[in-house]
Amino acid sequence: MDFNRIQEKLNILADAAKYDVSCASSGSDRTNKDKGLGNTTKMGICHSYTEDGRCVSLLKILLTNHCIFDCAYCVTRKSNDVKRAAFKIQEVVDLTINFYRRNYIEGLFLSSGIFKNADYTMERLIAVAKKLRLEENFNGYIHLKSIPDASDELMYEAGLYADRLSINIEIPTISGLKLLAPDKKHADFTKPMLKVKNELIRFKNERKVIKSTPKYAPAGQSTQMIVGATGETDKDIMYSATYYYKQYNMKRVYYSGYVPVADDSRLPSIGSQVPMLRENRLYQTDWLLRFYGFAVNEILNNDHPNLDIDVDPKLSWALRNMHHFPVDINTADKRMLARIPGMGMQSVEKILNARRFKKLNWDHLKKIGVALNRAKYFMICDSRNWERKDLDAEKIKGMILQQSTGKFRNQYSTQLSLFN
Amino acid sequence: MKNSKTLIYDGSFNGFLTTVFVAFEEKIDVVDIQRNTKGQSGLFSETETIFTNVEKAKRVWNGIRSKSHNAITNVYFAFLSEADGIELILYTYIQKLITSKNGKQLDYSDGIVLRISQLARSVGREKHRMEAFVRFQLTKDDIYFANIEPDFDVLPLISKHFRNRYADQQWLIYDVKRKYGIFYNLEHVELVSLNLKQVHFNKIHKSDAFLNDEYDYQTLWNDYFKSTNIKSRINRKLHTQHVPKRYWKYLSEKKETA
Ligand code: SF4
Repeated sequence: MDFNRIQEKLNILADAAKYDVSCASSGSDRTNKDKGLGNTTKMGICHSYTEDGRCVSLLKILLTNHCIFDCAYCVTRKSNDVKRAAFKIQEVVDLTINFYRRNYIEGLFLSSGIFKNADYTMERLIAVAKKLRLEENFNGYIHLKSIPDASDELMYEAGLYADRLSINIEIPTISGLKLLAPDKKHADFTKPMLKVKNELIRFKNERKVIKSTPKYAPAGQSTQMIVGATGETDKDIMYSATYYYKQYNMKRVYYSGYVPVADDSRLPSIGSQVPMLRENRLYQTDWLLRFYGFAVNEILNNDHPNLDIDVDPKLSWALRNMHHFPVDINTADKRMLARIPGMGMQSVEKILNARRFKKLNWDHLKKIGVALNRAKYFMICDSRNWERKDLDAEKIKGMILQQSTGKFRNQYSTQLSLFN
Repeated sequence: MKNSKTLIYDGSFNGFLTTVFVAFEEKIDVVDIQRNTKGQSGLFSETETIFTNVEKAKRVWNGIRSKSHNAITNVYFAFLSEADGIELILYTYIQKLITSKNGKQLDYSDGIVLRISQLARSVGREKHRMEAFVRFQLTKDDIYFANIEPDFDVLPLISKHFRNRYADQQWLIYDVKRKYGIFYNLEHVELVSLNLKQVHFNKIHKSDAFLNDEYDYQTLWNDYFKSTNIKSRINRKLHTQHVPKRYWKYLSEKKETA
């Protein structure tokens, strides 16, 4: 190994890849074939954590940061004056295998700037995955980036070797995309997505008939949107997220607070704060849509185009819809139980189970793990003591905020002081 | 007086289960159950040494399992916690379990049941952490070698994970605290004890047991780890919550900070 050269490349190409927030190694359950190397676990494993608390699970690098495009929000854009480098295919294979054997990682997440054209780039990414699978008998996790506008044939092949495929839409609105990535068309992103979706469905159906059908991207596909680069509203973001979940069977949509990387009048300037609290609220909303049975227009609509910063989206919805409350824990249906602030889906299941045997009171709920400091304002149970109903939304919000010490509390107060 | 005794066993899980069997069978009023490595304190009661018998151990194991699958995991995990007096607590727990009509309906408001499940959970958590935090170093003999120093005796629990994953390389994970390791020789996993001259922490200082390549990869991993940070997002508190400081000395990406 030419250590110095590899070291330099790794530094450049890992640095350029870190803005992709996804590092998930979950959702796939590849077993170790023929006494080869590696397997994947359904839940994934975090081998370390970055200093901002994100999971480090995969070797996340670009094949190259040479790029023929000039997307304004991207460090790798053509016009940016940065050092460029490119890995050889074998170099990526060797690094992955050697990191994997030492138990540093669950696998590889390979992306790339676009050199020559989309297909040429995509072919290289596939070549790495293919080599790992066929020559090294590697059964660990592989996440490949789909290159915008890559051909259907290549997207088919990619899924044969990758566990997950993703293509980052990055800019949630079409107008924003035009402004910041003039070389790209919206269809360049959706074409590979559509192909992957169709293949996922086709393979699934075939497996029903022929058990030995090979795997196709068993961990599905995902995408990422940058938050806070183009003045989009939370409604814009979540409506597009919903669209991608539905239209392309996305496994996950990631939201990435924009980290300024350019002095460009179209974008927030270098040094502006990363909107981490906003990012967190978007993830909470995403969660409510996927697991709690909320529809996106209940949480965000023309009257409420942005999420509240000071309270989480479920509490915010409840405060705007006090006529649905209080909910009776012992009789309400699952859907309404899930809408009580402070109530997790696990608690909902436990309540449904437990209440078949007895009427539940405060003590039971506490043991079950309901966050009563919030929930108590929105529910009644088998007890004569409950919070008086004459509290209005404003008062309840005030009381909850007084007791809460969220992890973003500090940030919230500094953001508030900015408005004063 | 009743048949009161302190029972001494060899410290193995099978030994413990044998002890439980003997205690039940001979209706012993168990004062305590102790490992033979500990200085014994049978001053106020008679002691009896129990010899491990796999058949007897199996019967207890099956007896617990027939009551509840959950319980058997709890018993094994809690045993590996090596908590002070764990044997007697487990003994009481097993007694309750065997005499209960329905093992699954054990009452979590019972102090012993709660303690066992808490201990088992801590051990489970460390099992997962070790699967994540083991860092192999390739020795000149072509063995991927790792030291660990876990709070609990988790080697028996992580063996399967590493055997499934690293089926084509020889590896050895050594518990420095308990002075034994598990070695995979490309066929199966065996227990080994070594006379380690030096403990191979991820020190800056290089050992001649490893090839230079090994240190190159550690440096590369270290660099990689650094480059994953986004300065404007740093949150140290969250970081140490995920990677407790006591594990740092084994993680090559934490080399300078250890
Ligand atoms: S095409 Fe991709 S790598 Fe190239 S500038 Fe645009 S976002 Fe960056």
